[in-house]
Amino acid sequence: MYRYIIKRILLVIPTLLGAAALVFLLMRLIPGDICVVRLGSGGGTFDERAVAACHAQLGLDRPMVLQFVDFVWGFVRGDFGISMWSGKPVLTEIAARFPVSLEIAIMAVVVATIIAIPLGTLSALKQNSPIDFVIRVVSIAGLATPSFWLGILFILAILNISQSAFGAPWMPPIDYVPIWQDPLRNLSMVVFPALTVGYRTSAVTMRMTRSAMLEVLREDYIRTARAKGLVEHLIINRHALKNALLPVVTLIGIEAAFLIGGLVVTEQVFNLNGIGRLFVQSVQNQDYTMTQALVMLVVAAFVLTNTVVDLLYAWLDPRIRYG
Amino acid sequence: MTIAAPTSYTIPAIADDLPEIRRSLWRSAWIFCRRQPLGTFGMVIVIIMAIAGLSAEWIAPYSPTANDFSAMTEPPSWAHWLGTDQFGRDQLSRIIYGARTALIVGFSCAIIASLSGMVLGVGSAYFGGRLDLYLQGVLDVVMAFPLIIMALAVVAIFGTGVHNVIFAITIPLIPRCARVLRSSALAIREVPYIDAARACGFGHRRIILRHMVPNVVAPFLILLTAFVGQAILAEASLSYLGLGVQEPVPAWGLMLQGGAEEYASTAPWIAVFPGLAIALTVFGFSLFGDALRDALDPKLRDR
Repeated sequence: MYRYIIKRILLVIPTLLGAAALVFLLMRLIPGDICVVRLGSGGGTFDERAVAACHAQLGLDRPMVLQFVDFVWGFVRGDFGISMWSGKPVLTEIAARFPVSLEIAIMAVVVATIIAIPLGTLSALKQNSPIDFVIRVVSIAGLATPSFWLGILFILAILNISQSAFGAPWMPPIDYVPIWQDPLRNLSMVVFPALTVGYRTSAVTMRMTRSAMLEVLREDYIRTARAKGLVEHLIINRHALKNALLPVVTLIGIEAAFLIGGLVVTEQVFNLNGIGRLFVQSVQNQDYTMTQALVMLVVAAFVLTNTVVDLLYAWLDPRIRYG
Repeated sequence: MTIAAPTSYTIPAIADDLPEIRRSLWRSAWIFCRRQPLGTFGMVIVIIMAIAGLSAEWIAPYSPTANDFSAMTEPPSWAHWLGTDQFGRDQLSRIIYGARTALIVGFSCAIIASLSGMVLGVGSAYFGGRLDLYLQGVLDVVMAFPLIIMALAVVAIFGTGVHNVIFAITIPLIPRCARVLRSSALAIREVPYIDAARACGFGHRRIILRHMVPNVVAPFLILLTAFVGQAILAEASLSYLGLGVQEPVPAWGLMLQGGAEEYASTAPWIAVFPGLAIALTVFGFSLFGDALRDALDPKLRDR
């Protein structure tokens, strides 16, 4: 077990190094000279010396390998460079936008779990009944609905309902206040994006819960439990659900990817200044230092979540023995 | 051990004028429709969208790019079934032409990604050894990038437009396909008839193409349908962010980018219909894909 844990944690290093190499190479694939792009973007004139100075400043005149070592070492030390757009350190910009995204992500997972596990279980228990059919359609629809459209529909509904209820349109606030300062304002801002992102997550979780539950319900020990006359709700809660939820736990790790994707788009819809919006802006502004830092951070977060989930899974399921 | 491709159902011959092979194909399609009502519903949606996209020139009542400043943000009416947008463009025509863009992007990404994934996955499983190890390492790294993040990073470098969007969405899909097909192919590689084929002195190409590939067709098709839906969603998201397909090409995501929020209270149809088109199409592909999985992979049935 300990060997497995150490092995699993060590496995993170090559993955992250590989991802860093990929990001590093991708950023070198940008057509043309990044300094020319940068100096030319203002529309002014520039000479060779300015380009050379810019190269020296970014360290582009040094060998590739050294550049890569610097790049990785910067990440290890938490030094992500200076934003090419705002001129501020990348880390400060990210830190300022992080709380909103984190809060939405956490709330989305909570919302998704609250919706998905009961409905998924119900769907499995009533397999092939009209309830099952409706739940399955709702969950497939959740996978098909683009989150930005769902967000727009939420805004549409909020505007129209508030218009008819108060006589004036109301929109959720867009500037972030921490939850401990003004809980009501904070929640009214975060709840709709969280629902938007959460619906998709719940759709995936619901499907997983249903299929895991169906599998478990066919196991022998469930039949034994029934045969000895155990009450149905105890069979479901104590015996079946406990085992069925294992794969669902794993899913949360995979879901992190969808969550981030959902955040990127949803923050744009609701005009929230989170990490996702920062990412889109940095791509639009051709802010390469910011883009590469954000991509690396997202990948690191994703890889770490997956590792934690894997370890959790090994710990939760005593049937699994790792060498 | 059966080695028949799982697509072919054996159906007792019934007197019919159709030639043998056609009958079995139509019959299996019919059986699919009867057993999978939801899947058939999805297939119908997909077919309607495909017809709309293919024959957009003949179906669309207006040009998708023609502005009509005398009819801006008009609500749905007989002249404009789904209303007009803030530039007076007919929404229905734009959605019909948008189906073409969505399906071109969806199918191109899905086909290129799953074919490349098949080459990498089956090749990796068949040859094994170092190649397999290194290839899996590389694919694992690419898999660590969430789809939309990878697509945005690629767009950041190569720019926007239909071709770059196809490229950007295809790259992250490839390892997802390669991984699934590798595990299917690994199981097949251990089956005695592969050893038998090798003992007969067949070359690698023949063993891979004649013996391994037909056996991964089922997961291949399932992934392909799933990818079309995912690619359409990703394209719509990129276009919505202004980083995908660019004006004046009609695309669903782009239609939502322009005035959807601005006109949310005065002209809600601008926001509702394009999104509905995306959701319906992806919904259709998901339903069809699910049904296909049930039909092709009996082990997963009833899950």
